Amino acid sequence: MRRPRLLYVPFWATYVFLYTPIVVLVVMSFNSGKSPYSFTGLSLKWYGKLAGNALVREGLVNTLIVAAGSTVLATVLGTLLAVGLARHTRSRVLDTLGVLPAVLPDLVLAIGLLVFYAAVRMTLGLQSVLLAHTVFGMAFVTAVVRTRLTHVDDSLEEASRDLGASPFTTFVRVTLPQLMPGIVAGALLAFTLSVDEFVIAFFTAAPTTPTLPIVIYSMVRFGVTPEINALATLLLAVSFTVVIAAQRMTRLTESLS
Amino acid sequence: MFRARYPRRLPAVTLVAGLALAVSACGGGTTAALPEASPSASAEQLNPNANLSKQSVTISVWPGYTPEDLAARVEEKLRFKLKVATHDTNEIIMGKLTGGADTGIDVAFVSGQYAQALNAAGLLEPIHPELIPNLANLYPEAKELAFDPGNTFSVPYTWGTTGICYRSDLVKTPPTSWNDILSPPEDARKKVTMMTTERWLALPAVKALGMSVNTRNDQDLAKVKEKLVAAKANLLGYDDVTFGDRLKSGEAVMVEAWDGWCPTSEKNIKFVVPKEGSDLWVDTMVVLRSSKNKEAAHAFINFILDPKIHSWAALNILYKVPNKAAMDALPTELKQKNAPLQMSPSQLLAGESIVDLGEDSVKYTRLATEVKAAQ
Amino acid sequence: MTVPAVSGATVNTRSRRSRLAERLVFLGPGLAYLIVLLLIPLATVLSFSLFRRGRFGGVIYEASGDNLVRLADPIYLDIVLGSLRIALVATLVALLLGYPTAYLIARLPRKWKTIALVAIVLPFWTNLLIRVYAWIVLLSGPGLVNSALGKLGLGPFEFLYNQGTVVVGLVYSYLPLMVLPLYAAIERLDPRLAEASANLGARPARTFVSVTLPLTLPGVLTGCMFVFVPSFGNFVIPELLGGGRSIMVGNLIRDQFLTARDWPFGSALTLALLAVLIVLLLLQAWSARRA
Repeated sequence: MRRPRLLYVPFWATYVFLYTPIVVLVVMSFNSGKSPYSFTGLSLKWYGKLAGNALVREGLVNTLIVAAGSTVLATVLGTLLAVGLARHTRSRVLDTLGVLPAVLPDLVLAIGLLVFYAAVRMTLGLQSVLLAHTVFGMAFVTAVVRTRLTHVDDSLEEASRDLGASPFTTFVRVTLPQLMPGIVAGALLAFTLSVDEFVIAFFTAAPTTPTLPIVIYSMVRFGVTPEINALATLLLAVSFTVVIAAQRMTRLTESLS
Repeated sequence: MFRARYPRRLPAVTLVAGLALAVSACGGGTTAALPEASPSASAEQLNPNANLSKQSVTISVWPGYTPEDLAARVEEKLRFKLKVATHDTNEIIMGKLTGGADTGIDVAFVSGQYAQALNAAGLLEPIHPELIPNLANLYPEAKELAFDPGNTFSVPYTWGTTGICYRSDLVKTPPTSWNDILSPPEDARKKVTMMTTERWLALPAVKALGMSVNTRNDQDLAKVKEKLVAAKANLLGYDDVTFGDRLKSGEAVMVEAWDGWCPTSEKNIKFVVPKEGSDLWVDTMVVLRSSKNKEAAHAFINFILDPKIHSWAALNILYKVPNKAAMDALPTELKQKNAPLQMSPSQLLAGESIVDLGEDSVKYTRLATEVKAAQ
Repeated sequence: MTVPAVSGATVNTRSRRSRLAERLVFLGPGLAYLIVLLLIPLATVLSFSLFRRGRFGGVIYEASGDNLVRLADPIYLDIVLGSLRIALVATLVALLLGYPTAYLIARLPRKWKTIALVAIVLPFWTNLLIRVYAWIVLLSGPGLVNSALGKLGLGPFEFLYNQGTVVVGLVYSYLPLMVLPLYAAIERLDPRLAEASANLGARPARTFVSVTLPLTLPGVLTGCMFVFVPSFGNFVIPELLGGGRSIMVGNLIRDQFLTARDWPFGSALTLALLAVLIVLLLLQAWSARRA
């Protein structure tokens, strides 16, 4: 089919638009000068400064705890829920409820949890952010695993049950292995979204336990420093690696299944 | 998951949302109320001989406002653990403290009028002066602050005033009046910033019109609004935190600034208190009533008031501290270089203290919203 | 969790009881979680909007309709409408950029397709705040765009701190969410349909309007929703790129909880935000069904 030439203008514009700022950030992170606006020479000193920044380190640790915890919780709850929704109910209301947090604006969820925590006098801290992140993490796991379930042949499950296996055994030995790619993808999604989540954490974290995005928000507000460039470059490198690895992994699992 | 499959479900989404809202109509009333507690009346008995090493103190403070090695120094001297959390603005910490959820903060650094509001909400422990012998180091003037005469619930950490910080090399005539910010000369248009926190957002117009910074009068505020909206056209933006950097880079040439934040150590940057007068702001330390480490919290405040520690703010971030011994010990050279450090306590008290206006403080919130929403 | 397996004779009672148990095991934990941490919090927001403001945050449990009445105040209405406009413009720009991009990606050879798609998603997986910050470096007064223009003898211009830069920031942040559903929709399109249309003498533009676009409309609507929803309730981008000079409904909500400490009105605004979105989602669902 013919590809109209004119379409290439917005096509390339999109990529230039998406990547110009990123290129700028990466290049400026190796700048030796303090000015974020002019490149004066190569240097790694901002990475050194970043490594010495206790607030960033603390934020990173907090973020990883929250992301790991909420991912585990969201994956278990979301997988069960997805199977339950697909196999044990026909209710469209429940179906919708399961994915609702994924379509809800983050600010609405954040305010909801803020007033709820205040009303029940919850102690704020990492646990309050972890519980909050599980809400939307679970919705994404549920959505991904459900999609996967529609591709899973339920005659295998029936056969297992007919052969006398308990529902538990059937779930663990038959259903779960088939769902694995979906579960892994869902968990990965929940983890990444939690790592990057700002608005909900901003409203539900205690002042003593800022997550990395909260620390970054504070740094960005306090002005342009090359340290942020270094941080951005590192985060980019990690995301890049994870995305590529995930791409490889799904292709691997696809070729296996 | 990016398949276009949400749409088919969306009616159900709304159904559930509606359901949630319906449930709330009956269920909501059972949630616990935030008590409208009375201001600090009943002082808990604190034990002056408590074993502090069994306690630990968490403070929340603006980033960079206390020495970086504060925790280590406190642990060495007082033998308890100090955790330093940070908040960017008064609003953020107020949001957390008044939320009703437990934040785990023992000592918070907030500006005077916010300390007053926290106290009125019953969230503060009265200061126990017997546990803070170093209160004696404060200037007598620092005990007569309008929002808390006698330091009953707050201890001042730094104080200063608000004025105009400018680039002497980039403005034709140095500013002398708030009107220079509100209607800048041609060459400074779009190179001016004003502060975004509501009371300081209002300050230039309030003072230019000769009113009190604590005015509650609706007609006054209507005039203030008119002036601020007119000023907006010439602003680069509203900025509480990065105006110093903007002056240094030349992006801005004249900004509304707190004296301590004006980088007067740079060659061409100067600070002036406009002739119409200005405010007196005080950043204070308060002990939360919910704190379980009140003895250690007081010991921490006492430690800060030690001239050797307290002078850090003046030496390093050029903030005046209300500590006579600390100010007297400052190098003369530093004072000469940075004019704002030369202001005496009595000069400072000539500025009008911003106090909390209680129910009427919403008028300033609305004013700020209206100004920012104006096109 | 285990339900004992039973012999075939009692299948009926077994299945009924064990089915209930299975339902409980699979659906119970997730739904309980959603009820406690999603529905009850939303219900709390609704109930708070009907109470009076506590002087120092929180609420006083006295019923009051004031907050809902206040929503109709022109100043707040203007802000909501202004946010709606900004979010709509951002969505439209994202669509105009995203549709051709998705269209060309879908027509790329398989290998390039994957690379092109990953390249679209990649920025999305890095911190949103840092990406926004990059625009400050580029566009500010002494920023890189101005210094480049300066070399050409132009400027400096004040690009930042207006509604235009807010739109740029929003498009930049959410463009990948537009491209992906569009790609999914276009990819499934049978290219023979367009060929048939061309063979029957339709010009490319005609083919696009009467064949391609209607068939990909659900993807268009989904993409628009994905961009519109996070744009409409945003407060970070207007704050960082708008210089505090223009506020959106998200800023207003945040300010009610932080600055004004007016939780009931903040709750009412949150509900208003939710209501606007629900109406739009309904519209979208309706038009998707018609398409």
